[in-house]
Formats: sequence, structure tokens, C-alpha cells
Amino acid sequence: MHAAVIVFPGSNCDRDLAVALEKAGAKVSMVWHKDTDLPSGVDLIGIPGGFSFGDYLRCGAIAANSPICRSVVKHAEAGGYVMGICNGFQVLTETGLLPGALRRNANLKYICKPVKLRVEACDSIYHAGYEAGQEITIPIAHHDGNYYVDDAKLAQLKDEGRIAFSYIDNPNGSVADIAGVVSKNRRVLGMMPHPERMAETAHGGTDGKPMFDGLMREMALV
Amino acid sequence: MTEPAITKELIEAHGLSPDEYDRILEIIGREPTFTELGIFSAMWNEHCSYKSSKKWLRTLPTEGPQVICGPGENAGVVDIGDNQAVIFKMESHNHPSYIEPYQGAATGVGGILRDVFTMGARPIAAMNSLSFGEVGHPKTRQLVHGVVEGIGGYGNCFGVPTVGGEVRFDPAYNGNCLVNAFAAGLADADKIFYSAASGVGMPVVYLGAKTGRDGVGGATMASAEFDETIEEKRPTVQVGDPFTEKRLMEATLELMKTGAVISIQDMGAAGLTCSAVEMGDKGGLGVKLQLDDVPQREENMTAYEMMLSESQERMLMVLDPSKEAEARAVFEKWDLDFAIVGETIAEDRFLILHGNEVKADLPLATLSGSAPEYDRPWEATPAVEQLDPASVPGIDPIDGLKALIGSPNYAAKQWIYEQYDTMVMADTIRTPGLGAGVTRVHETGKMLAFTSDVTPRYVKANPEMGGAQAVAEAYRNLTAVGATPLATTDNLNFGNPEKTTIMGQFVGAIKGIGAAVKALDMPIVSGNVSLYNETDGEPILPTPTIAAVGLIKTEDEAILGQAREGHVALLVGETKGHLGQSALLAVVYNRIEGDAPPVDLEAEKRHGDFIRSNAALIKACTDLSDGGLALAAFEMAEAGETGVVIEESDTAHLFGEDQARYLIACNFDQAEALMLAAGQAGVPITTVGRFTGDTVKFGTSEAPLAELSALFRGAFEEAVG
Repeated sequence: MHAAVIVFPGSNCDRDLAVALEKAGAKVSMVWHKDTDLPSGVDLIGIPGGFSFGDYLRCGAIAANSPICRSVVKHAEAGGYVMGICNGFQVLTETGLLPGALRRNANLKYICKPVKLRVEACDSIYHAGYEAGQEITIPIAHHDGNYYVDDAKLAQLKDEGRIAFSYIDNPNGSVADIAGVVSKNRRVLGMMPHPERMAETAHGGTDGKPMFDGLMREMALV
Repeated sequence: MTEPAITKELIEAHGLSPDEYDRILEIIGREPTFTELGIFSAMWNEHCSYKSSKKWLRTLPTEGPQVICGPGENAGVVDIGDNQAVIFKMESHNHPSYIEPYQGAATGVGGILRDVFTMGARPIAAMNSLSFGEVGHPKTRQLVHGVVEGIGGYGNCFGVPTVGGEVRFDPAYNGNCLVNAFAAGLADADKIFYSAASGVGMPVVYLGAKTGRDGVGGATMASAEFDETIEEKRPTVQVGDPFTEKRLMEATLELMKTGAVISIQDMGAAGLTCSAVEMGDKGGLGVKLQLDDVPQREENMTAYEMMLSESQERMLMVLDPSKEAEARAVFEKWDLDFAIVGETIAEDRFLILHGNEVKADLPLATLSGSAPEYDRPWEATPAVEQLDPASVPGIDPIDGLKALIGSPNYAAKQWIYEQYDTMVMADTIRTPGLGAGVTRVHETGKMLAFTSDVTPRYVKANPEMGGAQAVAEAYRNLTAVGATPLATTDNLNFGNPEKTTIMGQFVGAIKGIGAAVKALDMPIVSGNVSLYNETDGEPILPTPTIAAVGLIKTEDEAILGQAREGHVALLVGETKGHLGQSALLAVVYNRIEGDAPPVDLEAEKRHGDFIRSNAALIKACTDLSDGGLALAAFEMAEAGETGVVIEESDTAHLFGEDQARYLIACNFDQAEALMLAAGQAGVPITTVGRFTGDTVKFGTSEAPLAELSALFRGAFEEAVG
């Protein structure tokens, strides 16, 4: 599997995501935001956490308009796989590939701590390593992770089984405790928690590892 | 533009004494220009020149086989084997943080990160040591919120994990908070970059963000006491931009790989002035700057403003001219300014040109080397009376514990550290909360441990013992995770050194620190001095913050477990029940009395070595400090989500703060082996109880763990949240 990790000037989890993908067996190419084309044969694009352009404006808003994001959108529209973690989720909502928006946390503070998530019944490659309903512990680290969609869109997400992960004890005020969602074709995932930070024993837990292992297995079958 | 005339008032406003001004006249043989006066003021203020402290700093042990580079560069460099080095320093941003807490603290973090990556190291860990006024004081809450958000805002965006720190409240900080920021980075030991320029006619290059008027005169401000005019000082605080800093770091590290960098220096306090003079002086060269070429954020900036601006996220570099195109391309890639603003020259001159005018023309080596140095008179702190143990009434142990864990000084600090990204880089092994923070050295089996410690009330009672105690506690915190302490950075925060009593505190603390780092083999490799922490004549508690780094060579050496149901609780070290200056005495009885606990450095070393040699037998370990055995046992149990039963119920034995002690959790067989090993090593060890059940029990006094945990986890937010 060949993954591309997008690097914005303020990305700071790009290496962490690349390490997690490599440990799961992927070949990883780092792709600079000023590039216009993705390396050929890329199966999965990872948009990492961080502060893409400082995020002094709306998080991810500038990144979503960078040259490489046009290629990311094309890749997704052609049925390609994209995973956005934390700032990557924010970027994906700004590109319109995923619905909703990430607002400032309800307590107005940055929050970094491990949180419990429920794996929702959602048929995506990102869920292949988990059982629906399973509880996992993954850290969050964000100032703007308070997910919002309007009632109609929320009903649609529920109907279509597109809620990927939910918080057991909502840390940031997200609508319906949503921690992550997928696109209609289930190939684009956005989530605020960081599975790459809980992927090795040394991290104090490995609940993020099945995501990378699972998607590797599924990709081999695609 | 005409510059103002030099008057007595102007000289005074620059923080220069009449004697110092006479010295300037002597050096240059004429009246200085306005810009020159500013330059002297910047170089000679306490913050940059260490003029009151230098004499004593020289007495500190700074060498050892592990030290690659000691004090004098941007940060200290220490060998960690395999051609790798850890580079670290701690620095204060006290005065700016009190005036503008968010930006003051943020730029403090920015400054220390720059010190580290200027030397070629990628920052891998940060800590901070914070001291605030009493909780009920009208400014405290706002300062805590602003400082914590500022530290988080900068460090989180930059992408460095904050792995440790400390925070305290005391009325002595009501008028002066302390913000001491630490950063450590990792580099190849043979690829360290230094500040000494070399070669004549080499281009001097300006890198990073543009220069504005922010922070003009900041270092001079940080070298004065505060009074009621403090609000007027707000414009001297710089504004931070962590996104630019992140790009500057990436660009600088990328640039270093091209071989274009001859020498490099970050622009911190006194900006362009200090960095240019330092590079020239260390290389035995002169420097010529053409200020018209300096990237400017504002219009019509004067030479004076450009030379004294403390705009953030800037560097100065001497470039190998054959690599100019390559170097420029790196900075263009990261959308940062890259401008040749001058050159090195053979003559000993610091020549500043702006337009067609010479704005300053000073002898560079003299400017750098002739800063005044004072042997300030000092008065040793008089010995305090020992506390009479009989004067302390016994207390129900659980009541004593509740008083401590319900006070913001000893409550859990997750309200603070959950606002920091503690895990970015995915190498954090132990996040803040209990003892030292630990990170893995990326892609190796090695780990580094970080701690920051000082107990200011000990230092006030007995500066020498308190100074030694701060080092000993840092040593123990590193030891408790299995690390071998490597080296230390000190951040010495004191009041006005022109007062003999304050200078006496400083001298005493230095003596204690010096003796302790020597005995425990953790030399001082970098540091910072912050004086004049006084408001309306009221000084802070003497606060020599000690930050130290330890190495864990293999996973086998590490002690990273938790206490679990069934573990035995073993106490290493001798308990005499020293309650003088203890947390219990202060919190429960509101008494600040007695002497600091005595520090036996030889025992510290022996007990530390014992812990390290027996790491394999230890599941979890913590050092005993504030709150003694009672607080340590509770914290260990709370972290392990298990109850604990301690047989002891005597107040002094439970809450005394005798030094050189550790609490260990291990299983029964291991306890036996440890007792045996301790006997052979001549280390006192006793079984004090065990971890079990769901209550905390001291003697017959008992409370549910859940109830205590709720108090411990909630008290801080309740007080200042």
C-alpha cells in the first residue's frame, strides 16, 4: 500500500502519522503542500494533525485552498481513500469532502488527554480492525474539536451510518458526541482523536493500532 | 532623522548608572550617539550582562566527561551516546509575563525553543516552572489563565511535547510571577552549530520574521523593579507567532544540512545588537550592518529601534558565500525572509549604517567584554531557629492529607497540563503528573527524563541548604524513573541584588547548588539569572529553579510502572520527621517556621545508586518531597488506582520532609530481594505498608480513595479555573 502524507508548513503530526503507517507496512511518501500532483499510484492520503498555516484564521481554511488540496479533492472524488486526523479533519471539512465544521471546544480551552471512544457501526476500511460497539482509548489534542452539523445533516449521517467514532464522555461539546465521520462512500475519514499516538506499547496503549493494521489488510484486498 | 540629545534623564531612562555612563565615555572617548547609548544599555543591562551574578556563576561546576558544551552558548550540549546529544536550557520570562501574561509566556517558550534549534537540535521536550501569587489575590487567576494559555498556544502550535513542570502559589509572588521555560532538543553530537563567526568579508544574513517596534527596550525593562507605572511597560512585551517559529525551525535545520551555516545566533533579548556582537566577539571579528537591508514590518523605523527591537522568530547567521543560492532557496521554500544585512570585517568595530549615516561605530570586543561586573556586597542569611517538634500538635493523618491535596499547591495539576500537547511527536513515554516526564529518543531504545524542581520556602529559610535540596530533588525525580542524571540547567530568580540580604540569598543558593551538582555529578551546562523580581520593594521568595535531564539507556533500566493491588510499599532512606518549613506546617498550621531539611549529598548518591542498580526489582517508584510519606503514598496509590495502607500514624513521620527518600511499590518476592540488597549497600529500607483495597489508610485513619481522588483532581480548578 502506498500512502501519501501531506505536509503543510505548520503540520506537526506528519512524522507521527507516517511512522504509524510505515509500522503497519505501508510505503509512505511525504508530499509538500506547494506540490500540485500526488505521487503516482497513491492508494491512501493522510492529512496529519498540527496547525497547517498557524490556524490564526479558521482552522484548516487556508490549507484547504493550497495547491495540493485540489489534488486531494480530485483523488477523493475519483473514489480514493483519504484520512484526516485532527487538523486533517478540519481541513477535510473546509474542502467540503466531509460535512460539518469544527468549532472551538465548549470550555474554550485546548484539551490534550486520552479519551474513551465508541467504535460505531460503520462499514469502512478504517473500522476493519475493530468491532462495532467496541470501546477504545485514544488521545485528543485540540482547541477546535467541537463538531457541528445541523439537525437535518445529523439525521442523514445517522441514517447513512456515517458516524465513525463517538466520545463516551464528550470532552468538547460536539454534536451527538461525534468524534469522527466518513464520507458517503466511506472512503474519506475525518476524526479529531489521534490513533497514531496510541499505536505502540510505548505509547501507553495500542488501541489506535488496529486502525492502521485493519486498513492495510483491507487495502490489500481492494 | 535627528536623534535626541544625550541628557542625564535619557541616560537614566536607559537604566545606566552615572558610573556606567562615565565608563562609556572612557571607552569611546566621546559622547555616544542615541543609537550607541541604546546599544550600551542593551548590552550592559542585568538581563544580558549578568553583571551582578557573573562572579558567582563562575564558581558553579560546569564540566564532566558527558558535557560537550557548557554555559556560554545558546544552550548546553550533553552526550547521550551513539553520536547523539541532548541540548537544553531554561530561561525566565518573568517580567513580560506579569505585564502581558499570554504573550509574555508564549514568547518565553519561543525564545527557549530558538536557543535549542539555533544549535542544530530539533526540540523534543518542554517544561515550565511557574510561580504565582496567592490564590485570593485579584491578579492571580488572570495570570494563571494567561500564562498557561500562552505556553500552550505557542508550544502546541510549534509541535513540541510539554512533558513536565511545576506550579506554586505564594503571597511573595503577588507582584511578580515567575515563568521559567525549559526546552530540550536532539542533535547529532558532531553536528552542533555554534555562534562564533569566522572569516572576513563573510555575509551576515538575517533570517525569519520581519523586524517591528515590539519589545524595544525589553531587556532593560526586565532588569528593573516594578512600581505603579507598570501598565506603561506593556509595549515593551513582544508578540509571538509560533507558526513562523515552526517554519523558522524547519528552515534552519534544513539550511544547516546544506553546509551554508558558518555560525548562527538567535535574536533574543536585545535582538540584533546582542546577536551580532556575540557572533563577532566570539570569532574575534568586527561586524558591519546596513540597516536599510533589514526586513521591516513597520515604516520609518530608526536605527535605534531596529537595533533594540525584540521582535520574535528571527536569527542572524554568517553564511558561506558559495552556498548563498541554496540557502536562499530553503528560506523561500518556507516563505521566510532571507536578507544579507552586513558582513564580517577584520577591524574590531561594530559599525551600524542607516541611509548614508553612521549610526554607531563602537569597538566590538570592548563593547562585549567590558560590561561592568559587580562584586555586590552581601550578607549571609542568618541561621534560623529549628522548629520545636513539640510545638506542632498531632493531626488526624487523613485530615492532614485532605488539607494538602485540597490546596492548589499540592492538588493535581491536570487543569494546566491538559492544556498542553504532551504527546506530539509520539515519543512521550510518561506525561506530566507524577515526577519526571520521559520521552523516547526517536527510533532508539534510549529514553530521556526531565524534571524541574525547587522549594522556595526552604531556600528562604536556608539558601545554601535550599539550593542543594533543589538539586537533590531533581536528582531523585530522575532516579525514580530509573534515569542516570546527566546535567542541569539553572534558572535563578531573586529580588534586587543591590540589597545585601537578597545578594546573600543568591550567594548562599549558588553555594548549595554548586556543592550538590558536584556531589551528584550533574554539572550546570546552561542557565539564566532573573534579578529585580520585586514590586514596591517586596521581593519574591528566592527561587533557583533546577531543571535536570537524565538518560535511560535501555528499557531494562526504566522504572515506569504503577503501584498495583497487592504491591508492598517500601520506604528507602531515613525518616526523622523533619517538619520545619514543611508543606503540612504551612498549609494546616499557617506557620512558616524552622529550618529547611538537611541534605546529605552522600546519602542522596548512595540511595540513588541503589534505586538504579535494583530497577529490575521495582514496579513503581517516587521520590519523597513536599508532604512527605503521606502525600507520596497517596499520589502513588491514586495514579495506580489502588488503595494503600500505611501502618504509621505519627504526624511527623507521615508528613516530615526528610531528604534522600523514595517510596517503592513491588511484589513480595521483589521486596525481599530489595531488603537484602539494601542491607548490603548500607541503605536504610523499611516496609511501611502495602497497596490494596479502595481506601487510603494511615494507622487507623481511613478514607475512600474515590473521595480523596475527587478532591485531589478538583481542587486546582476550583481555586483558579
